[in-house]
Amino acid sequence: MITIIDYGMGNLRSVAKAFEAVGVAVRLTSDPKVVKEAGKIVLPGVGAFGDCMKNLKKLGLVEVIKEHVAKGNPYLGLCLGLQVLFTESEEFTLTKGLDIIKGRVVKFPEEEFKKQKLKIPHMGWNSVKIQKETPILKDISDGTYFYFVHSFYVKPDDDSVSATKTEYGFEFTSMVSHENVFACQFHPEKSQGDGLKILRDYGEL
Amino acid sequence: MLAVRIIPCLDVKDGRVVKGVNFVGLRDAGDPVEVAKIYDEQGADELTFLDITASHENRDTIIDVVSRTAEQVFMPLTVGGGIRNLDDIRRMLNAGADKVSINTAAVYNPDFVREASYKFGSQCIVVAVDARRITEKLTKEDILKLADDKIKNEYPDVLLDECEAGDPVWEVFTHGGRNPVGIDVIKWARKMEELGAGEILLTSMDRDGTKIGFDCELTSRIADALTIPVIASGGVGNLEHFYDGFKNGKASAALAASVFHYKELTIKQVKDYLKERGIRVRG
Repeated sequence: MITIIDYGMGNLRSVAKAFEAVGVAVRLTSDPKVVKEAGKIVLPGVGAFGDCMKNLKKLGLVEVIKEHVAKGNPYLGLCLGLQVLFTESEEFTLTKGLDIIKGRVVKFPEEEFKKQKLKIPHMGWNSVKIQKETPILKDISDGTYFYFVHSFYVKPDDDSVSATKTEYGFEFTSMVSHENVFACQFHPEKSQGDGLKILRDYGEL
Repeated sequence: MLAVRIIPCLDVKDGRVVKGVNFVGLRDAGDPVEVAKIYDEQGADELTFLDITASHENRDTIIDVVSRTAEQVFMPLTVGGGIRNLDDIRRMLNAGADKVSINTAAVYNPDFVREASYKFGSQCIVVAVDARRITEKLTKEDILKLADDKIKNEYPDVLLDECEAGDPVWEVFTHGGRNPVGIDVIKWARKMEELGAGEILLTSMDRDGTKIGFDCELTSRIADALTIPVIASGGVGNLEHFYDGFKNGKASAALAASVFHYKELTIKQVKDYLKERGIRVRG
């Protein structure tokens, strides 16, 4: 059983259906008590960093998630669920994140991208370069395409947490894997068969 | 590197797939969920449903189509047609859509795009723009006659400038390309970006249904003017047209309905062809 955290933002139904499609049972909750007892959690999310942290705080989930991770339980973050793991984000005003992974969330450089004719958001299918062996990437080959849609990206202080990198103007960290913490900038739940493999492998951890 | 996207579009009426040629002479051709699954297997990068249900009572049929599709097909799904308020958007996203496309409602109330992107995020707000090249001289007076009061009073900067027949100027149309609204397509697309649109779905109404290729002149002008992605639509009939749309039209994605729907081309054929010609595709 996987516990998907419902904090009022994002495509929970898509994430739940994607897990179910590969035979992984899920439950949705916004109750800190349920999260406290959960085995594997998933933090999905689409939207703004600040709103995400605000909602997590309001629901009393910030400490519970941090404890969950500190105890060594698996965490899977999707898109915004990756970004909030970091120390802080430059989205709108500087906002503190969960600070589970040291580093910052920053915007793609608009002026530089304009010169290079690169669009923001980074939207569509892009490939990943695998940086290190990661349990939930065991069925994914180097160069596999996943669906991305984001304007901000993560810059970890310690690059060894990067599980994959993706080229868009430059190479950025498109997935992190650090002990029991896994998180993708891309959307496995929208990435057809290859995305479903990642969700299945997380379910089978 | 980011791949270009190939997006099949399904026109859906009363919960069933249809495809019009120039928006008339519709014909029924199947269950949208089954068609979506076929496109999924062929390697479509996204799917778009355009709801053309006319009667109000049947408007909920699209919700059912979206929710059944989202249970079986795991790729980005956009729904357009009849999106008029925030509640419509919420219902589509809750049913499993990832994006909605807004057309007429934006023309009558540009602030709707601002509110929608603020509320749900730019990433899920696509603004559909139906464009036609002007065919006659238009004076300031003609243009003001065409324009809606809201635009004239609050967004006069998007109105067409006076122009002559033959000028490279495109006008925004509503209602499936029937109603001119006095708005300049390039200025409009820029305004939509400024108000928070995440993408522009640009349809050339001159080309729609003709199969003579995308309007690459129009598409590249819009792509150059914007930082958000532009989806080219209208007129694609063969493999070369897709290549042109990306190479010369500078589109980030190409949307097509009938070439896929009537099995004239498969998505795989399109991708193989693009790959051979040096355009980056997935798969």
